[in-house]
Amino acid sequence: MATLKEELKGKIISVLNLEDIDVADIQDSDPLFGDGLGLDSIDALELIVLLDKEYGIKLSDPKQGKAIFQSIQTMADYIEANRTK
Amino acid sequence: MKRNVYINGIGAVTAQGVWHEQLLAQAEALNQPISVAQQPSYKELIAPAMIRRMSTGIKMGIYAAQQALDEADIALPDAIITGTGLGCLEDSEKFLKNILDNDEQFLTPTSFIQSTHNTVAAQIALRLRCKSYNFTYVHQSVSFESALLDGLLQLQHNEAQTVLVGACDEISDHTYLLLQTIGYIKANGIRETVKESLSPGVNYAEGTTFFGLSTLHTPQSYAMITDVTIQNDLDKDSIAPFVERFLQENGVERNTIDAVVVGINGDTVFDSYYQQFTDLFPQAPAIYYKHIVGQYDTSSAFGLAVAAQILKDQKTPANLLWNTKQTSAYRHVLLYNQFKGRDHSLILMKSC
Amino acid sequence: MASGVAITGIGMISSIGKNVEENLQSLLAERHGISRVENFHTRQKETIMVGEIKLSNAALIRQLSLPEDNNFTRTALLGACAAKEALASANIQDMQAYRTGLISSTSVGGMDFTERHFYAYLEDSTLHKYITSHDAGDSSHKIAAYLGLQGLVTTISTACSSAANAIMLGARMIRSGKLDRAIVGGTDALSKFTINGFNTLMILSDTYCQPFDQNRKGLNLGEAAAYLVLESDELVKKDNKKVLAYLSGYGNANDAFHQTASSEDGEGAFLAMQKAFRMAGLAPQDIDYINVHGTATPNNDLSEGRAMMRLFGNQVPEFSSTKAFTGHTLAAAAAIEAVYSILALQYQTVFANLHFATPMEEFQLQPQTKTKRQAIQHVLSNSFGFGGNCSTLIFSKA
Repeated sequence: MATLKEELKGKIISVLNLEDIDVADIQDSDPLFGDGLGLDSIDALELIVLLDKEYGIKLSDPKQGKAIFQSIQTMADYIEANRTK
Repeated sequence: MKRNVYINGIGAVTAQGVWHEQLLAQAEALNQPISVAQQPSYKELIAPAMIRRMSTGIKMGIYAAQQALDEADIALPDAIITGTGLGCLEDSEKFLKNILDNDEQFLTPTSFIQSTHNTVAAQIALRLRCKSYNFTYVHQSVSFESALLDGLLQLQHNEAQTVLVGACDEISDHTYLLLQTIGYIKANGIRETVKESLSPGVNYAEGTTFFGLSTLHTPQSYAMITDVTIQNDLDKDSIAPFVERFLQENGVERNTIDAVVVGINGDTVFDSYYQQFTDLFPQAPAIYYKHIVGQYDTSSAFGLAVAAQILKDQKTPANLLWNTKQTSAYRHVLLYNQFKGRDHSLILMKSC
Repeated sequence: MASGVAITGIGMISSIGKNVEENLQSLLAERHGISRVENFHTRQKETIMVGEIKLSNAALIRQLSLPEDNNFTRTALLGACAAKEALASANIQDMQAYRTGLISSTSVGGMDFTERHFYAYLEDSTLHKYITSHDAGDSSHKIAAYLGLQGLVTTISTACSSAANAIMLGARMIRSGKLDRAIVGGTDALSKFTINGFNTLMILSDTYCQPFDQNRKGLNLGEAAAYLVLESDELVKKDNKKVLAYLSGYGNANDAFHQTASSEDGEGAFLAMQKAFRMAGLAPQDIDYINVHGTATPNNDLSEGRAMMRLFGNQVPEFSSTKAFTGHTLAAAAAIEAVYSILALQYQTVFANLHFATPMEEFQLQPQTKTKRQAIQHVLSNSFGFGGNCSTLIFSKA
């Protein structure tokens, strides 16, 4: 689980082009959207593709993302439970 | 009654650097087939959350637009009008490559969203929270002039008091490679400036130029724009009547033109159009600029900036002179641009 | 109050008809043109529905009698078809008799060919002729050349509001005395680029789109082209032209909210409509029919609905989205819907908002679901694009 979380942080930084941020800067329970990392609805769509491409998880409804993408922890939990890759 | 239109602010990001007082005098002639623009720092202007999504073109456009607005002292323009020939190429290419390389799978939206042609205008509006008129023209070498004509009409007819007009084009590897393949851009390894140009193709670059236009005359105003005209096709014999008609409509005689600014770019075939044009003004100094900013669809916007600076300073830097004619005063300046015999434009300007 | 700019010709091609008459018959018969993509292969074939014109490029080339070595992309082909009809409709014989301009619009441009040959260009020089057909301006150049037009030619590209803006600019050019007549409109072909682009935004429906319906799932993309001929009052009088309708008002404003989504209270839409009213010297109660943008995305219909309520209060006139017939044809949308607005005036008919079943829970707005004959004096048409670009056109009976 720890490696998955570190892996996730790295992938998010790369996919969302967060140039000034390091893996060490992101806490597991920091909010990703709104305050915290400050991601927005376009980033949510990018993360949905990330789930599919890297972990084989397909979300049919973008609204599901809200709960899943709350923090690194919630993302990692969801991936652990649902990954097919 | 048509109102006067003044250029009150200029901003630019070019292969010579950003717009500043010494830019023209210090500029060196480009001699590479493709030159990138010298990028300023964007961190002070654009939040990191926004920058991360932006291509070169969008960043350059925002920078130049802000520069022009600041100089013109315009907080919220009544219209934002932009032009671009190839649009947001970096993002278009990125999205397209992803489609082709991944067989339409695992595609992400950001580059698609950023690839729409009006992204620069939209991002400027978003930053300023500007809800006014917002248009983008995408028509090869008159993309900028179309935007300018639109803005000019609004100001002249009292539909707007201030307008932000500008244009932007960015380099993208594959597209520029294709343009080299068909001989639009000189081959790799060729080292010729515009004046030295003998090989096929011309030197390309990227860049952006923006103007803060207003009906208000201030001591800092650069110059006035009187009129703009555009025509899709013109053969060389029709240049003279095209020019005459335009000047006549504006009550100006050919011998009243003190200087001409032309889009000579080193094209060994089509630069002859400029010869036909300058022959109409035997007494006037001819000024060129694509040797310092390169060719791209909207590089003629920089020509307007050059003309504006000359009208303000009442002198031309020696490195911009195409011929050896001189004039004692700059009151009326005429600009002409075309590309491969198409997309002809004339802009008439006046000192103020 | 000015009577507006005269419209003397119309031409179009869409998935519900190869020309204006065929489109009209389809509208009246409530026969939509939504199906699966057939003209080219895409991985998304089975999961999306589109308003595809069932004519191959070869067929269009034959129809236009183009030489074999042409480099028209599909966008240019569709545009030339529609523009040709518009010119004939306006009975224009001599292009050079008056100062004429072409203001076209597109978002796809030549991308349909670029996506086919992007890498192959470097291997196969026979394809090189299409390299210069990629940009947005190329289709406009092609159409102008096909019509034999020498004059002001330019292209607007502001996503889904493009053609409305082209129409506006044409009107302004005539009003300011720069042009005597203008051919204005837009064209867009289907492409993998746009299909996949909208797919990544998760706003495509996998079935027939349902504008303004509570259960709407998204839009159907489409392809089309349409052009209007606008003429100055002097010209109409001089040549004794039949006026089909008047463009009496228009407005463009920016939502300045988000790159792709519309604001919750539809601010940009509201401002655009307000501007159009002001120009037309009309009040909201003067509008008899609204051809809404109505893409059937969750976001647009909500935002647009709110904007209409802000402007019209409890008295929103009859409205419908014709995108359930044609799909969302991107840059061409405002042009084909302008033609539909003119047909609504000519035939005194509100066209149906197909596939509607359940009103949206946020408000009491219900579109007109059946073709309905009624007195129509003024029609309002909305088109909203990415980048917060909001445009409104008002057409009035001749």
